[in-house]
Amino acid sequence: MTKQLLNVVGQSVHRRDGMGHVTGRTTFVDDIQFRDMLYLKMVRSPVPHARIRGIDFSEAEKVPGFVRALTHRDVPKNIYTILCLIGVGPDEEPVLAEDRVLYKGEQIAAVVAESEEAAVEAASRVVVDLEELPAVFDVEEALKPDAPVLKPWGTNYFIYDYEYGQSNPCRKVRFGDVEKAFAEADYIVEGRYQMSPIEHAPTETTGCVVKPEPDGRYTVYTNTQALFFTLDNSALILNIPFNKLHFVGGTVGGGFGGKVDVIVEPIAILAAMKTGRPVKYVFSREEEMRCSSTRGAWRMYFKDGVMKDGRIIARKVTTYADAGAYNRHTPYAVTKHAANVAGPYSIPNVWIDAYCVYTNRQPGSAMRGFGVTPASFAVEVQMDRIAHTIGMDPWELRFINAYRNGDVRPHRKVVEDATLIETMKAAAQLVGKELPEHLLAMNSWDREGGHHG
Amino acid sequence: MAKHRGVGMAAVNYPTGMNLGGDPSQALIHATTTGTFVITLSSTDLGQGLKTVIAQIGAEALGVPFENVLIDTADTDTGPHCMGTFASRATHRVGNAVIRAAEEARKVMFEVASEELEVAPEDLETDGQGNIRVKGSPEHSINIVDLALAAHFKYGKTISGRGMYIKPKSEVDPDTGAMDPDSTEAHACTVAEVEVDDETGEVKVLSIKSAYEIGRQVNPKLVEGQIQGGSLMGMAHALYETTAPYYPAIDHAPGGFNEYIVPGPQDQPEIESVVLEYPSVNGPFGVKGVGEMTANSPIPAIINAIHDAVGVWITELPATPEKILRALEEKRKEEERGAE
Repeated sequence: MTKQLLNVVGQSVHRRDGMGHVTGRTTFVDDIQFRDMLYLKMVRSPVPHARIRGIDFSEAEKVPGFVRALTHRDVPKNIYTILCLIGVGPDEEPVLAEDRVLYKGEQIAAVVAESEEAAVEAASRVVVDLEELPAVFDVEEALKPDAPVLKPWGTNYFIYDYEYGQSNPCRKVRFGDVEKAFAEADYIVEGRYQMSPIEHAPTETTGCVVKPEPDGRYTVYTNTQALFFTLDNSALILNIPFNKLHFVGGTVGGGFGGKVDVIVEPIAILAAMKTGRPVKYVFSREEEMRCSSTRGAWRMYFKDGVMKDGRIIARKVTTYADAGAYNRHTPYAVTKHAANVAGPYSIPNVWIDAYCVYTNRQPGSAMRGFGVTPASFAVEVQMDRIAHTIGMDPWELRFINAYRNGDVRPHRKVVEDATLIETMKAAAQLVGKELPEHLLAMNSWDREGGHHG
Repeated sequence: MAKHRGVGMAAVNYPTGMNLGGDPSQALIHATTTGTFVITLSSTDLGQGLKTVIAQIGAEALGVPFENVLIDTADTDTGPHCMGTFASRATHRVGNAVIRAAEEARKVMFEVASEELEVAPEDLETDGQGNIRVKGSPEHSINIVDLALAAHFKYGKTISGRGMYIKPKSEVDPDTGAMDPDSTEAHACTVAEVEVDDETGEVKVLSIKSAYEIGRQVNPKLVEGQIQGGSLMGMAHALYETTAPYYPAIDHAPGGFNEYIVPGPQDQPEIESVVLEYPSVNGPFGVKGVGEMTANSPIPAIINAIHDAVGVWITELPATPEKILRALEEKRKEEERGAE
C-alpha cells in the first residue's frame, strides 16, 4: 500500500468533549429534569424461578405520591426478543412478567410516582404472590432431561437454523475430519475452561427520560448505545408507528455492551403514554449489577490433536454460553464465538458445537469482546498447555500455527488482514524475548515453502 | 512459603463489525455559510471519542481543517440511520460512510472553486488548511468560507454529500458453519508478568506489555486510552471481577462497588505498548478497530503467567486467591502421591 499523506488522521487532537467530562459539565441522562416529571421503579422477582399467582397493589396505592402501576396487561406486545430486527426468533422475553419469572431480579410490574422516594416506597409495598419452582443454574445441568423446562418450545437451548427448515440445538462448524486427525496425532491435549459473568460497571447506569410532546410524539432521552435499534424495538413492543418516537442520545457514560439491551425505554415510554407526563427510569447501581445483563458466562471444552513438531492438526470444541433466562444478544454472540473459537491459527480439521443455553440466572448479553473474549481466553490458555505438554516454547507453537493471509478459516472465510506473526514479533521485541531465526523469518503473507495451508 | 514470579503470553485476533443481519451506517455532510462542515449522524459516543475520530476522518476526507468540522449526532429525527456503537464497528462503518459523503461534498466544492478560480476542477486541490488552490500555483486559492458563501449566494449550490456503508448480511450454512461474520481482523499480543504468593494465593500483576496491530490509528492518544483501560479491564476480569462469586450459584451477588471488586490505583501494573499499522483492505484510511480487544489478551496472558510462576492452571475465571490455594493444595497432593 502506498503511503498516504495525511493531515489530521493520525494526530492526537484533543477530544471535543474532554473538558466537559473532566469538569463535570457534560449532561448525562440522569441530569435531565422536567417540572412535572414522574419516576418509575420496578417490582422485581425475589426468587430465580416461580409461578406468579397474583399481584396486589392496594398497599402501594396508599403511598403518597403514587400515580399508577403497570403490568404486562398494559404492554401491547409484551413478549419480544431484541434481535427480531435481524431475524432472530421466536419472541420469548416479557417486558413485564406474565405468569412466570425466570430469574431473580426480573421485572414484574412498574410503579410510577411523583418522586423517586415515593416510587421506591410504593414498589416495595407491592405484594406478589409467588409459587417458587425448582431452578437450574448450570448450563450442563440445564441440558439434562430432568431439568426444569424454561422455554415454551420445550428446550433449554436456542434452536438454530429454523429459517433453513432445520432444528439444530447449536451453531455448528465442520471443517475437515477431526476424528481421522486425532487418530494420526502424536498428542491429544484436552482442556475445560469457564468464563465468569462480569458486570459492565459503567460510570453512568442505564436509563432514560421520556417526554410527551404537544404534537403527540414522545422524545426519549436515553443512554442507549444504539438509538434506532432501541427505537425500532420500542415501537414494536408498544405497537405504535416508528415516527411517534424521537430518540435523543449523546455521550454515554460508558457502555461496554451493557446498553444495547432494550429494557428501560419501552416501559418508560408506556408510562409516559399512560400518564401524559414525563417519566424517568434510571437503574440504581444495585439494579445495574444484580438485575441487568452481565457478560454471559461460558463453558468450553477443547480437544486438540497435535504433532511432535508443534502443528495442531485437529481441534474439537464444545461450548455452552450461559444466556441466563432470556436470549437478549446471546444467540448471536454464540455464532460470533463459533467463528473465532478455533483461534487465529490454521488448523486443517475443526469441529465446533456452540450452544446457547438458558438457565435461571440473570441474563447474559452483549459485552466488550462479545463471544470472542471467552474464546480468546480458552484458546490461549490451551495453547500454553499444548506447549507445556509437547515441551515447546509457547511462542514457537503460536508462530508455527499462526494463520496467514490466503488461508481458509474453519468457517470458510479467506484470511485477508492477518498480522498475528508481525504482532508477536513486536511484542517479543518489546519485552526483550529473543526469537530464533526460523521464527523471525516468518511473515503473514508467505507460508514457508510457498504454499498456503 | 514464598512469592513466585512468572511470565505468560497470549496472542489474539479480533474481528471488526457484525453483519449477520447486515451492518449499515449512514452519514450526511453539509457546509454552512460560515465554512463549517456539519457531519450529521445518529451514532452515539460511549466515551471512547467517536465524535472526535469521526471529525478527524471527515476533515481528512474533505481536505478541510479539523476545527471546521462539526459532529451533529445522536438524534433520530435529524440523523440518518446507524446500527449502533458496538462490535468495534463505529469508526470503521461510520468512518467509511463519512468518506463517501465527503467525496460527494468535495465534488461540489471543486465545481464552485472551479468557477471562482476559472480553472478546471481536476486542476484543483485542498491544502488541508482551509483553502482550495490551483495545483502548482498555490497563490491562486479560495478560502472555504468564501467558497461556502459563493456556493450559496452566487451559484445556488449546496455543498453537501450523502454517505452510506453497508456490510451485507451473511447467511450461516447450518451444516458447515460457513459464514462471513466480520470485516477485518485486528491483532494483539500481550506479555504479562505476575507475582504469586503461595501462602495467601494473591496475584500481583507487575506488568502488562503488549503489541497491537490495528490497521491505522486515527488518534494515537485515544488508542492509548483504550489500551490502558482495556489492559486494566482484562486484568480485573482475570483476577477479581464476577457477578457470581460461586458460579453458577447466584448467592453473594454483589450489589455495589463495595462488594464488586475492581482494581484500584494500588493495583495498577506497568502498562507498556507498541502499535503497528498494517492498513486494512476495507477500513477508512485502513482503520481496523481497537475498541474491544484490548481487554482480551491480558486474561490468558495472566493465567499463563500464574502457571509459569507456581505450576497450576486456573481455568475458571476469576483466578481468586481461593482458587489458587486450592489448586496449589491439589498439586501438592498429586506430587505426594507421585512420590509414594
